[in-house]
Amino acid sequence: MSAESNKSAVEENPAQASASEDGGDRARGMLRAIAESNALVVFAAIVAALIVGSVLVIIANEDVIDAAGYFFSRPGDTFAAIGTAIVDAYGALFRGSIYNTNADTFVDGIKPLTGSLTLATPLILAGLGLGVGFRAGLFNIGAQGQVIIGATIAWVLGFHVGLPFGIHLAFALLGGLLGGAIWGFIPGVLKATSGANEVIVTIMLNYVALYLLSWLLTFDAFQIPGSDNPKSPNILDTAAWPKLLGDNYNLHWGFIFALVMAGVIWWLMERSTLGFRFRAVGANPHAAAKAGMNVKLTYILVMVVAGAMAGLAGANQILGTERSLTADIAGSIGFDAITVALLGRSRPFGIVGAGLLFGALSASGPTLQVQAGLPIDIVLVIQSVIVLFIAAPPLVRFLFRLPEPRIVKEVTA
Amino acid sequence: MTAVATPTVQAERSIWKTTAVFLSRWKAPIGYSVMALLSLLVFGFGPEPGQTTSFALSQASDAVQIPVFSLPSMLTAIVLSVIALGLAGYSTYATYAEKKVGVWLPIAFGLAFMGALLTWAGAGRDSTNVNITGMLVSGVFLAVPLVFGSLAGVVNERSGVVNIAIEGQLLAGAFLAVIVASVTSNAYLGLVAAPIAGALVGSLLALFAVKYWVDQIVVGVVLNVLVIGLTSFFFSTVLSDRPELNQAAAQMQADGGIVLQSLPIPLLADIPVLGPVLFDHNLLVYLMYAIVIALQIMLFKSRWGLRVRAVGEHPKAADTVGIKVNRTRVLSVLLGGAIAGLGGAFFTVANGLSFAKEMTAGKGFIALAAMILGRWNPTGALMAALLFGFADALRIQLGIIGSPIPSEWLAMLPYLATIFAVAGLVGKSRPPAAENIPYKK
Amino acid sequence: MKLELRGITKKFGDFVANDSIDLVVEPGTVHALLGENGAGKSTLMNVLFGLYDADGGEVLLDDKPVKFDGPGDAMRAGIGMVHQHFMLVRPFTVAENVMLGHEPLAGSRLLDFSMARDRVTHLSQKFGFDIDPDAVIDDLSVGAEQRVEIIKALSRDANVLILDEPTAVLTPQETDELLEIVRQLADSGTSVVLITHKLREVQAVADTITVIRRGKVVGTAKPTATQEELASLMVGRDVSMTVDKGAAKPGATMLEIEDLRAVDDFDITTLDGVSFDVKAGEILCVAGVQGNGQTELAEAILGAIPASGSVTLDGTELLGRSIRHVLREGVGFVPEDRTEDGLVAKFTIENNLVLDLIDQAPYSRGGAINVKAIEDNAVAKVEEFDVRTTSAKATAGSLSGGNQQKVVLAREMSRPLKLLIASQPTRGLDVGSIEFVHKRIIAERDNGTAVLIISSELDEVVALADRIAVMYHGTIVDIVPPDTDRDTLGLLMAGGKQVTA
Repeated sequence: MSAESNKSAVEENPAQASASEDGGDRARGMLRAIAESNALVVFAAIVAALIVGSVLVIIANEDVIDAAGYFFSRPGDTFAAIGTAIVDAYGALFRGSIYNTNADTFVDGIKPLTGSLTLATPLILAGLGLGVGFRAGLFNIGAQGQVIIGATIAWVLGFHVGLPFGIHLAFALLGGLLGGAIWGFIPGVLKATSGANEVIVTIMLNYVALYLLSWLLTFDAFQIPGSDNPKSPNILDTAAWPKLLGDNYNLHWGFIFALVMAGVIWWLMERSTLGFRFRAVGANPHAAAKAGMNVKLTYILVMVVAGAMAGLAGANQILGTERSLTADIAGSIGFDAITVALLGRSRPFGIVGAGLLFGALSASGPTLQVQAGLPIDIVLVIQSVIVLFIAAPPLVRFLFRLPEPRIVKEVTA
Repeated sequence: MTAVATPTVQAERSIWKTTAVFLSRWKAPIGYSVMALLSLLVFGFGPEPGQTTSFALSQASDAVQIPVFSLPSMLTAIVLSVIALGLAGYSTYATYAEKKVGVWLPIAFGLAFMGALLTWAGAGRDSTNVNITGMLVSGVFLAVPLVFGSLAGVVNERSGVVNIAIEGQLLAGAFLAVIVASVTSNAYLGLVAAPIAGALVGSLLALFAVKYWVDQIVVGVVLNVLVIGLTSFFFSTVLSDRPELNQAAAQMQADGGIVLQSLPIPLLADIPVLGPVLFDHNLLVYLMYAIVIALQIMLFKSRWGLRVRAVGEHPKAADTVGIKVNRTRVLSVLLGGAIAGLGGAFFTVANGLSFAKEMTAGKGFIALAAMILGRWNPTGALMAALLFGFADALRIQLGIIGSPIPSEWLAMLPYLATIFAVAGLVGKSRPPAAENIPYKK
Repeated sequence: MKLELRGITKKFGDFVANDSIDLVVEPGTVHALLGENGAGKSTLMNVLFGLYDADGGEVLLDDKPVKFDGPGDAMRAGIGMVHQHFMLVRPFTVAENVMLGHEPLAGSRLLDFSMARDRVTHLSQKFGFDIDPDAVIDDLSVGAEQRVEIIKALSRDANVLILDEPTAVLTPQETDELLEIVRQLADSGTSVVLITHKLREVQAVADTITVIRRGKVVGTAKPTATQEELASLMVGRDVSMTVDKGAAKPGATMLEIEDLRAVDDFDITTLDGVSFDVKAGEILCVAGVQGNGQTELAEAILGAIPASGSVTLDGTELLGRSIRHVLREGVGFVPEDRTEDGLVAKFTIENNLVLDLIDQAPYSRGGAINVKAIEDNAVAKVEEFDVRTTSAKATAGSLSGGNQQKVVLAREMSRPLKLLIASQPTRGLDVGSIEFVHKRIIAERDNGTAVLIISSELDEVVALADRIAVMYHGTIVDIVPPDTDRDTLGLLMAGGKQVTA
């Protein structure tokens, strides 16, 4: 019943699954899970990633390299330089993602936090979809393409259709959802009918979506009138998410929408028969089939749901954050969302947490670049190290000398 | 359930099943027929009557020169399309008669289709020739990283470890190769360094996937992110501060130092068409030939290969006859990583280019597709990788001729082809049985 | 070679699988290791073979202590093992499987295939096996696969040969042949350890018998001991050798199968015109050596594989319908491999108990799950079927085989049934669970359900059946009464038609 030491990130975790069955047990299960490893391992993994990040900071820092040149005559200089470099880096990380201590007013100071929440929004939405796929045993690498198609359709509906406020927004969101769903349906139906490996098909569809969008952006209908740039005009205001905290901040209601969707996905997976079916097929497709579940249809539905969520992430970018369509609309959302889903262990609330963490890391990029002279790529390193360590709890326990979890009694005889 | 509803459900189900069975059996002939008809309608009747297409088979540097020749566009394209139709017809007959068709059919069909396409694209463009040899040469060259990548996948997956990290291994190889070559001013030392970088990435895959039983796909995906992050980080910091560490391109222009020179094989390289296509390349390409042949023999005829395959199919059975399963897997993962890393050298020292962020641009994933298309065999992977290389070369060639097809669609082609291939051709091919299952006693 | 085990202890977590076991195998003898499923016999042999590390004790060969770091060491020391689950690489040929781990090399340092072939042919001829060294394992019958396993062990010049439940997949005649070979090997000086829970085999071939119960040696016996003595030693209490069941009261025909045909993925015929019927309140057992189409028969009725012909249940045609519809028509299905097809190991017992009922009231309404109903159901079923677990929220994977099977039975019997199909219902279970499962099956019959049991355990077939259908090569060879003698059944299982009526 406890979290086993060898659980992979995409496996059903019985402690959490059963813990969520009802109120009283949920609390107890959570306590048990925290006590026995998960939270501690997550924390240790983040620490480990920050240590790896520090090493990079040190290597890249000119002052440290200069001081190391005369290390044996004045070693203190090297350590001082190392200290300064690390403090600068993580100070910039904090100022860029949570609170800008250099700002004059609270209103300006808190801006980075709202920026983090804005960047977390698409990661949460796409991550929710990927999590559904992982739990159903499908490894969908195609969120990137699904985000692109979702964003494209949302932009078309948001710009070329005239509707009253609210209805227009809902209409464009729905379009984005459908776009992503279609892009998820393709690998789903191919897997169901011909057994095509979804990892390969979704990777290929990412490229197809990207070139499709680049091609569309060559048409006048997708360009700002009078311009020949591959950049579209902004969507109409009637289709835009209102700002959540006023015009000072970029944060929009799409963030709240993402949180609501986390609740919806939780209900779907834990409280609906469809989610039960998804989980059963993911954990043992043979037994699910013998219990009368249509496994192939389930694969299609799972991919449709996963695609729909990624499509919503794309729509949300268009309708909230970006407003105009470019070939780079998806950024690296689709790939970052994979790590978000893995870090969140495919659970909706875990994904929200992981999305917030990675949103904050991404938000700090410009500040890191300007104030500490560090390229944003360091964030990728930190993200991947966190996920790697979290997926291998025994390694983390070994590195940090953490106690082993209670041994699971499994009678195999 | 009512009595009325039942038969309806049953009827619908049987129609669905019948359709699915029909499609899965006839998808090859249907696909061929559609493409052949398309070829006839678009390529065959596309050119204006009287237009010609000129083809070049020789390059300026070739010893034996074949003169440029022109063919009537419409007639040539129609003839080629009709050949394609004939092949589609044979495929239909073979399916009907339940006969197996060899690999020659898709190859011949592909040639006819491509020929028609090129004839159409080059129709009436008197100033430009369709440079067939040039296209083939660049096709082989562009296939190099795909071949190495897919061989890496074969070695890994035959031992039961999925390698999604090929992309990262290529990138790491490209990165370390250029640094070592720059520091030592010797491109060949770059070739030595590249496999080490790939093996390092492989060692992480082995650590997490084999020792700590983390899902192999998860590790691979995350390792790609890690390698992209690390190489990009160093590119923007250390390499931008010290450009002398990343100077292949500059150096090449100065004294031809840091790029692998072409080493034409005497006599063989002088054969028209075949010579330049196969025997006038740099060392990396010859290494590729050697590794394909060596792996094909070693995997199926050596003790090592037998054991690797046993571990990938039924690790417990291998264990019970005294084979160390996880050690075999770790070594395979390291070897695979080294092969992919070597392939990474293609992007920098083999091309005489400096390192750039994410310069492998998804080639590792295409290599993965080539491995699957090649059914986990070295020679099969080679063929599939060449197919992708030629598709890429075709895109470039059409760009030169100035084709009526949007470049985005051409760029999409290899990816679409992979989807069709994975869904259609290899639906029934079987990966190693123990793939993606950690071995625990 | 003399083999001795002293004080071998092996634990899995808190569970002690082997508790200080002593065992001596004299050269040239057949030593039977008798115990019911789960007693710890296989664990002991895996320790001996170097697959598991022992937590205590030592192994001696010819009175010298040895330490095996993996099966490679064990084999070099002259120990060979034929595993219960065949350890054959399926896409490999026989020769490749036999040479694996000690491959002969030719002058070129590549594999010497001709020598490997000769080795197989030589051993195959010596023991009268008919094995083609170039045949791919996937194309072999189970019986042939076992002969490959034996060749594999012998090809490494084993002085001690361990056979783990070797007769599970053989016909009575094939079993006799195997026991003959075992005798022959022992007479030529090989020490043989025969692991089994079948008393007949022990009596037929063993020189010495050691009985293991719950991980401990509970006694030794001479082959002259009676079956009842051995059984009570093995189980720890007196066991009745028969199943307590009244006469069947067959009603109307419930299941009617006509000319059922199926092929597998490679177009090999698996069902070749099967016809029979089962009446309400009757148990029909399908006997036969594994791999003769029994699995496919069960799956075709369920709708898991495509088939032609006709399967009618109470007048309704089942063929061509989805598994879901077949289950809804009142079919209960206990699959042959419960961990693969019967349970979702990572799901809780609660959820496993409603796996095929989740989309029905009271467990869900309008697509929303009713957690309370699922919990209440689990509490009731765990009680009724005596599932031994700490909590219904434990995962099904944490249960013992017997308790897992009870969960499957509880689920399948919680709907009103017209037909119960159970494949190998007691495979791998301890005697207590076997008795429980048999009792529930008979109770279901007495409820008026038609019961179709598929079993390769002849004892089980004879004990449960009201009628026995013998299957061979995808056809029903004959349907005979349950008091038919073993030799006749054995002949039928090998495809021979019954001579006398």
